Amino acid sequence: MNPFDYERASDARGAVAAVAARPDAQFLGGGTNLVDHMKLGVAQPGMLVDVTRLPFDSVEARPEGGVRVGGMMRNSELAADPLIREWYPVLAQALLAGASGQLRNLATTGGNLLQRTRCPYFQDLTTPCNKREPGSGCSALHGWNRDHAVLGGSSECVAVHPSDLAVALTALDAVVRLQSPGHDRGLPVHSLYKLPEDDPSHDTVLEHGELITAVDLPEASPHTRSAYRKVRDRASFAFALSSVAAVVEVADGVVQSARIALGGVATVPWRASRAEEVLRGAPATEETFRAAADAELEAAEPLRHNEFKVALTRNTIVAVLRDLAAAEEGSG
Amino acid sequence: MTGVGSADSVGTAVRRLDGPLKVTGNARYAAEQPETEPLYAHLIQSTVARGRVSSIETAEAEAVEGVAGVLTRHNAPALASTEDPEMRVLQSDEVAYRGQIVAVVLAGSAHVATQAANLVRVEYAESEHDVELPDGDSSRLVDAGIDSDVDTGGVDEAWESAQARVDVTCTTPLEHNNPMEPHATVATWADGQLTLHDSTQGVHATRSAVEALFGLEHVRVISPYVGGGFGSKGLPHAPLVAAGLAAMAFPGRAVKVTVTRQQMFTLVGHRPATVQRLRLAADHSGRLVSLSHDIAVSASRVKDYVEQAGAPSGTMYASPQRRIRHRMAELDLPAPTWMRAPGECPGMFGLEVAVDELAEQCGMDPIDFRIRNEPETDPSSGLPFSSRNLLRCLQVGAERFGWGERSWRRGRGQHGIGVASAAFPAFQIPGSRARIVFTGERYRVEIGAADIGTGTWTALAQIAADALEVPLDDVDLRIGDTALPKASLAGGSSGLASWGGTVTEAAREFRDEHGKDPVDGAETTSKMPRNPDAGQYSMHAFGAQFAEVRVDADTGEIRVPRMLGVFAAGRIVNPRTARSQLVGGMIMGVSMALHEHSALDPRFGHVVNHDFAGYHIASNADVGDVEATWVDEHDPHVNSVGVKGIGEVGIVGAAPAIANAAYAATGVRVRDLPLTLDSFLR
Repeated sequence: MNPFDYERASDARGAVAAVAARPDAQFLGGGTNLVDHMKLGVAQPGMLVDVTRLPFDSVEARPEGGVRVGGMMRNSELAADPLIREWYPVLAQALLAGASGQLRNLATTGGNLLQRTRCPYFQDLTTPCNKREPGSGCSALHGWNRDHAVLGGSSECVAVHPSDLAVALTALDAVVRLQSPGHDRGLPVHSLYKLPEDDPSHDTVLEHGELITAVDLPEASPHTRSAYRKVRDRASFAFALSSVAAVVEVADGVVQSARIALGGVATVPWRASRAEEVLRGAPATEETFRAAADAELEAAEPLRHNEFKVALTRNTIVAVLRDLAAAEEGSG
Repeated sequence: MTGVGSADSVGTAVRRLDGPLKVTGNARYAAEQPETEPLYAHLIQSTVARGRVSSIETAEAEAVEGVAGVLTRHNAPALASTEDPEMRVLQSDEVAYRGQIVAVVLAGSAHVATQAANLVRVEYAESEHDVELPDGDSSRLVDAGIDSDVDTGGVDEAWESAQARVDVTCTTPLEHNNPMEPHATVATWADGQLTLHDSTQGVHATRSAVEALFGLEHVRVISPYVGGGFGSKGLPHAPLVAAGLAAMAFPGRAVKVTVTRQQMFTLVGHRPATVQRLRLAADHSGRLVSLSHDIAVSASRVKDYVEQAGAPSGTMYASPQRRIRHRMAELDLPAPTWMRAPGECPGMFGLEVAVDELAEQCGMDPIDFRIRNEPETDPSSGLPFSSRNLLRCLQVGAERFGWGERSWRRGRGQHGIGVASAAFPAFQIPGSRARIVFTGERYRVEIGAADIGTGTWTALAQIAADALEVPLDDVDLRIGDTALPKASLAGGSSGLASWGGTVTEAAREFRDEHGKDPVDGAETTSKMPRNPDAGQYSMHAFGAQFAEVRVDADTGEIRVPRMLGVFAAGRIVNPRTARSQLVGGMIMGVSMALHEHSALDPRFGHVVNHDFAGYHIASNADVGDVEATWVDEHDPHVNSVGVKGIGEVGIVGAAPAIANAAYAATGVRVRDLPLTLDSFLR
């Protein structure tokens, strides 16, 4: 690890100014990803601005409806919050499906959204990687790519975005609040991330120095049901091979609304809008669910070792929708 | 002192005597050895799989404040012996595998060493390399030269004319041992003496290897506590050589080498991959008439090591015709080594999956099939078994586990149960010595044995107490130091049998010499007695593994909610530590069945998933109800203490039991490890 400067921020404005002033500065949240990368040499910041003491560590109901989640809220606290558990089960479930207890106690909301891919070639300085070293090539494309993307990849990068939280927030239509060197702004979570296309080196559209201070969740309808299902090789402490976040309203056997996001299969948290289109207004049956999944996965481009992700994701989407629809029936 | 005469320690579930030290952090592991101003080493590893180091630039690194130096082939001390290519560290510019040590940075702190290592520039002249194990038909396979390979001559004819037969290929991948404590060495060269605090399965084995390598006498190796080894700490590896070389280059200063988790995937051994073709045939009554086990294994150009996966096919079943053949592909891989139940573990996977398939073809229950094919004597040697209670294990286990309905459905869960046999040789390694000294209050029992987390500190003290006929509290055991009498290593599940026999003999001779009321300082040293039955009997521990598997009908996720292992392993010295070891073996078997797979990238020649995020072992949530138990077994032949090792038999058979259960649950037969959800997706 290279030596670096360290500063603990006492206010958000100062933190943003400190990072914006130095191209080699980075914010430090829980450090569960960044510090690993510093040890591996993948990240070599010259300065860390620690934002964990900033006062963005609560969940508050907003007067206009919905909930504001502080950017420094620890994952385990957010998952345990009564408002979240009652109104946004998809979010609580996604958080608890992530990492391990120890990591969830440290990881922050903002940091979780900005974590980087776990592609082993990205994390290994001795192998080419366009995300780490633009122009060096993508080792995963023709290498060991069981964990990689079947959606949203390019010839430059097929690395999967690893966050469970981001997938749930995408399905919830959440908005990220940013404190910026210029003017502060809000961004829908699904617009935060960028596809790799011909430049995979930037995961998001954030400008240098922009800080996630909060995430706003729209008001939850009492008529919707939501769930997160994460499929992985072992029962815990593993990244998703495929995950599905769904927020669905079913009435009289018909899908009234459906918002679906996929994890573990795409280069960004993947909004399944094609599937949503098929579902809207259609009968809540296994056939509909399967047609919706197939519509979304038509665009899938599997690699040598991950062809199974297409069938896996299709089955998982169907299973989640089946469960949510059954819950709806049960409550009706 | 308390009275002589009690002998009731062996067989009781004594808590680990070193437990309080470990949970309070006071048991000192190798890397924790406090030293004054030590040097921390960072190992720089080759980024090509084969070739030559053409240049190394170290000036920039050496200029970093706090750096003591950079060792390369140009300035490293010469080794006295360069016979073993694995240990030839910094002796030439040749690169034989990706990840080989090509330079060692030494600095006053670990962070500075790492920082400086980033400034060392290494250039290579790269050659073509090959790390892929070809399938069993390849011309790239050569005979592995295994003495126990056998061919009775009529295998093919018997197979052709049999009523029931299977011809299947099973594969097991490259796997890495990965004990919780990575390898570590603290080396000091002072006054012509090399001292090593090392994480090892045998201080004396390490000492003799290091003495030969460095051309030294009286090397001291100290290793009281070890956080697991699973075979990878059985013999020293390259990082220890680097530590020794660095210590000699900086006399008087302790050098700390700690292997990182990533380096565990290159520098300290692995279990080779296997491709196993099994052809089994039975007559109309379900009796085996032909057994052929043809094995291809990955091997390394830097180490003579063959994974002898054919071993179980020589022991488990009676068959008039038998062929066992090992071939290997010599590859540009790092050196393999022993990994828990080497040979037996991958070999039993192939054999017990094939047997499950043949039993089904014969229309027989798999347990009945095993009963039908139980041999009367060792099929390989013809020797009688010293004891063999496999069938009792199967029967006790079947009753206890609920062997009846073999598959059922609960919601979206497809459940199945499966069985497989376990076996591992009961080794005893000669050559150990033990010293007993009466210190006025207590008996000091000294033997350079090892506790790699198995419970030796406790179980060996129990044996000593009974042999001396004193309470356990009166025994003061000393192990893990070459200053103590020479002992064999903790390998091949031989430890307690070998050291226990040695300590028992020493106690007997001590009483003969000094009686029941010895004077202060009374002392006796003796060696392990020869076992008159050695070579007269075939000696193995046996067991039966049962597993329940649940496969999700939607996602194919495979989990193991329930396991039972029933073992027959001679005398159980400490039921608490024994159960722990057997359960540990079974859980490692769950990892082998469902998770472990070192994924090679043939282009670079390295293991891609070289950390615990990528290389999965079972997490707590993956481990359901795991129960290990045993049947009473008195074996008068195996050794003087009646002990069969249990370090390895617990993992053998776990993976095929799980694979057979998965088949029962789903009807999908998976013959390639690990079993992952993609095999069960529909």
